[in-house]
Amino acid sequence: MRIPTALNPTVLTPSGADVAELDKSQREVAVPGDWTYASAPESRDVVRIADRYGHFVGGEWLEPGETYETIAPRDEESLAEVGQGTPADVGRAVAAARSAFADGWSSLPGSERAKYLFRIARLLQERSREFAVLESLNGGKPIKESRDVDLPLAAAHFFYYAGWADKLEYAFPNRRPRPVGVAGQIIPWNFPLLMLAWKVAPALACGNTVVLKPAETTPLTALLFCDVLRQAELPAGVVNIVTGDGRTGAALVESEDIDKVAFTGSTEVGKEIQRRLAGTGKKLTLELGGKAANIVFDDAALDQAVEGIVNGIYFNQGHVCCAGSRLFVQESIYEPLVAKLERRLATLRVGDPLDKNTDVGAINSAAQLEKIRELVASGVGEGAEIYQPPCVLPEKGYWFVPTVFTNVAQSYRIAQEEIFGPVLSVLTFRTPEEAVEKANNTPYGLSAGVWTEKGSRILWMAQRLRAGVVWANTFNRFDPSSPFGGYKESGFGREGGLHGLEPYLEFDE
Amino acid sequence: MAQAPALPAGFELPLEARLPRIGAVDAVALEERAASLAKRSIKREAKVWALLLAIRTTDLTTLEGADTPGKAAAIASKARRPDPADPSVPQVAAVCVYPNLVPGVRERLVGSDVKVAAVATGFPSGQYPTAVKVADVRATVELGADEIDMVIDRGAFLSGRYAKVYDEIVQVKEACGERHLKVILETGELGTYDNVRRATLLAIAAGADFVKTSTGKISPAATLPVALCMLEAIRDVYEETGRRVGFKAAGGIRQAKQAVQHLVLVHETLGPEWLTPELYRLGASSLLNDILMQLRKERTGAYQSGDYFTRD
Amino acid sequence: MSRLPVKKTYKLFIGGAFPRSESGRTYDAEGQNVARASRKDVRDAVRAARDAQPGWAKATAYNRGQVLYRLAEMVEARSAEFAALCTGREEVERAIDRVVWYAGWADKLPQVLGGSNPVAGPYFNFTVPEPTGVVAVLAPDEPPLLGLVTRLLPPLVGGNAVVAVASETRPLAAIELAEALATSDVPGGVVNLLTGQHAELAPVLAAHMDVNAIDLCGADGDAPELERLAADNVKRVVRGRADVQSPWEIASFLELKTVWHPMGQ
Repeated sequence: MRIPTALNPTVLTPSGADVAELDKSQREVAVPGDWTYASAPESRDVVRIADRYGHFVGGEWLEPGETYETIAPRDEESLAEVGQGTPADVGRAVAAARSAFADGWSSLPGSERAKYLFRIARLLQERSREFAVLESLNGGKPIKESRDVDLPLAAAHFFYYAGWADKLEYAFPNRRPRPVGVAGQIIPWNFPLLMLAWKVAPALACGNTVVLKPAETTPLTALLFCDVLRQAELPAGVVNIVTGDGRTGAALVESEDIDKVAFTGSTEVGKEIQRRLAGTGKKLTLELGGKAANIVFDDAALDQAVEGIVNGIYFNQGHVCCAGSRLFVQESIYEPLVAKLERRLATLRVGDPLDKNTDVGAINSAAQLEKIRELVASGVGEGAEIYQPPCVLPEKGYWFVPTVFTNVAQSYRIAQEEIFGPVLSVLTFRTPEEAVEKANNTPYGLSAGVWTEKGSRILWMAQRLRAGVVWANTFNRFDPSSPFGGYKESGFGREGGLHGLEPYLEFDE
Repeated sequence: MAQAPALPAGFELPLEARLPRIGAVDAVALEERAASLAKRSIKREAKVWALLLAIRTTDLTTLEGADTPGKAAAIASKARRPDPADPSVPQVAAVCVYPNLVPGVRERLVGSDVKVAAVATGFPSGQYPTAVKVADVRATVELGADEIDMVIDRGAFLSGRYAKVYDEIVQVKEACGERHLKVILETGELGTYDNVRRATLLAIAAGADFVKTSTGKISPAATLPVALCMLEAIRDVYEETGRRVGFKAAGGIRQAKQAVQHLVLVHETLGPEWLTPELYRLGASSLLNDILMQLRKERTGAYQSGDYFTRD
Repeated sequence: MSRLPVKKTYKLFIGGAFPRSESGRTYDAEGQNVARASRKDVRDAVRAARDAQPGWAKATAYNRGQVLYRLAEMVEARSAEFAALCTGREEVERAIDRVVWYAGWADKLPQVLGGSNPVAGPYFNFTVPEPTGVVAVLAPDEPPLLGLVTRLLPPLVGGNAVVAVASETRPLAAIELAEALATSDVPGGVVNLLTGQHAELAPVLAAHMDVNAIDLCGADGDAPELERLAADNVKRVVRGRADVQSPWEIASFLELKTVWHPMGQ
């Protein structure tokens, strides 16, 4: 085979040339040696970003005092100035939420509330391209994920909970459900709009009003969401959004006039919130960290298990609380499985989040990148064997090569601490008992994975794994009808499904 | 009462003792992986590259009862010069016909690199005595075919008579001599991906040079998940033994876009090494014109009409 | 001459046995010397509960229901003794009926609290309630028997193991209940009862890293501090009421586990 380097320009030969001549010319057709996918960038023109954003309070934009810059992690480009919410800003937002709650939202018939939520779901579907691009730009996640996962799921959440708004008495028979009041909601930067949907949709469906604080590094889709609220004609003050860092979150938690706090984020901050709410009688739900075990038995469908492992830990750069960061492989298939995994890793495309072929995007922030580097260095230092596929990373922005550690001991930090990055620790086990024991040997309990073709073993494992979500022969699946939340230090309360309504209701039993 | 047949010697050969099993396939995850690969966005020069490759790996096919020497000759000419207006368009890999048409095609292809492939072994059903199938292959070889596309005995496979399937392939391979043997599994009749994987490994163990999805006579045929399933089995054999087995996707691939999706699957499963006519084929008829139209569109920027491409 | 009765020594109930406090201390309550548990007794009780919990959870729901029904039988048999230690016969009857009511829930919880979820995709997805693990209960002072039963049964029927701190001022009914538990078929360690001073024991339980949930029903002024301590391992904090009967009381000591599995050929 000839392997010239580039395509030859087309040269038309005169017709009537003899066949042998043509064969010759065809034999000389250039065949490039390497199939490099041309870049396929999603256009960022579909979304218009303002230079500066205030806080969304009582249906209006509140001029911020202090502001900070929010950037695109792929190249550190400054995208906009956003407000650093002060306790006063939070106070105004809570007051707006309180009056909206009292002035009609809580007493609006459920069927009317439902229609607002249906509208929001539809608007998110209509404007999904715009949101997806903005999500990838501000957060660094691959456009194929924001397009195929975050946006469809966010819209689905609103659609799902819209349907509940006028059916609450069927969800909780004999309990006379009523809204809690004003909910303070604090969300993380890994799924900015999706986490907003997880929080706002059930709260509103149950008749509450909310003050939401997006993550410091990813406020833009939440701010764009305010425009969806405008288009949906949601009454002013039902949803209020105050941006800022941890100080803004603390102000929200400590605000006296909220009735409930819902927090998704680190276990460390979650504990602090639980402490601060001690004795206040306020309702609290926490969705915190994880260190999920993904357990592969020797009879598993190996190629699909490899896909599940890859999806489990490299999905969204591993910025996933339920990421399958500890891989437990039965020793009898350790070598072929690791070989398959490493081979598969080499096909991951790391790069521009806006490129439609990108599998792994940018790390969300400099601080997160630093944390990942520190933990990876500790893994190397403790004696684990590191594998990173050859990978050309962009010069600007925050990047980390998908990483696999083998020879990991249960005692290493990389097997204990949540890394929240594209870093997998591989450990081994011999028997189902041992797999369960090692998998449960963590303060966390958010999720777990099991791969085996044997049905009875799946159920046996699923029963024993101390985790709120068990994925068998799959991983990282989400659905609005499926409850999600942790055991132990991964938090309490459930989001999603019928169970996700309960944290937003009081009952007169 | 029939005895449950023992696994034929060699069936387990591709996998080492530490993998004493054929392995399983999870249907949902397989389909999801195939669907996600199908979403690769292949644009501009990468697309042109893929389209040219698709042509170079095409087995241009006609398999009708109504095929005549005239029809076969027309196909052969098309194979040799797919786009008369553009000599930079390469020749296809082979022409694939019924045995009776082989001599005519052979004649038309003299002087070119295009191979002649013929279906045999009681294609498409394979429901004939082994002796007839072997005789079919010998006759087809004598007629001048370079490549033999055989069908497995699905009746035997589905009733658990794996040894019969295996032995037949071994005999056919022997009858082929030096000719390349492609083994058609007719995946649309196998029911499950687990069966597709088993049949793939069985065919490879018995000596197949290529494994091929389908006859093109029934639907579904070469779906992306089926192709992925077979490619993964080929990869396992390669990783365990170093043996490279070719893959032919055939049946139901009519659009250039589908062809590109199939190539992406190969690229990301087996790697660039498999992207040659020696290890990869696309069995197709109407596909070729769609590729030619797409190529010209890429080169001129204008969407094309079928009136400017020959129907053969 | 009348016979001199044999008086009871009031002890702790840990791991199915009746030890004295390892500290050797007692205090006076209801005119008796009652064991005054120490931090180390708390430690031992939690350890016993942790060891016993998996077996209790693994028992079939039918079996758990029968065991708890057996507890009702044992209380009924001692109803005279119980009546003397609480507000009287009516309280005892209500307590017995409550045990029976909860016993009947054991094999119905997953059907009421769980279910299957219609996810958009080729997956079967279901949610089941599971015990949270080891539960600490601060029993209320009033009513002495019914209050304890009200707080004890919900975590128990769901498959948890319990470390309960009896009312500081009215502990005798709790000790009597421990004796009923010991003669029922509740496995040793599934219920552990400590007597002593709340102020001393409650913070140890609230801060214990191997306790998964705490019911603050019997806490008073120290509740905020206990809640703060509970945050160290993200305990589920339940502010239980002394007289309530509902499956949702059980639910507050349960985790929900959701399992996904693909459906394919």
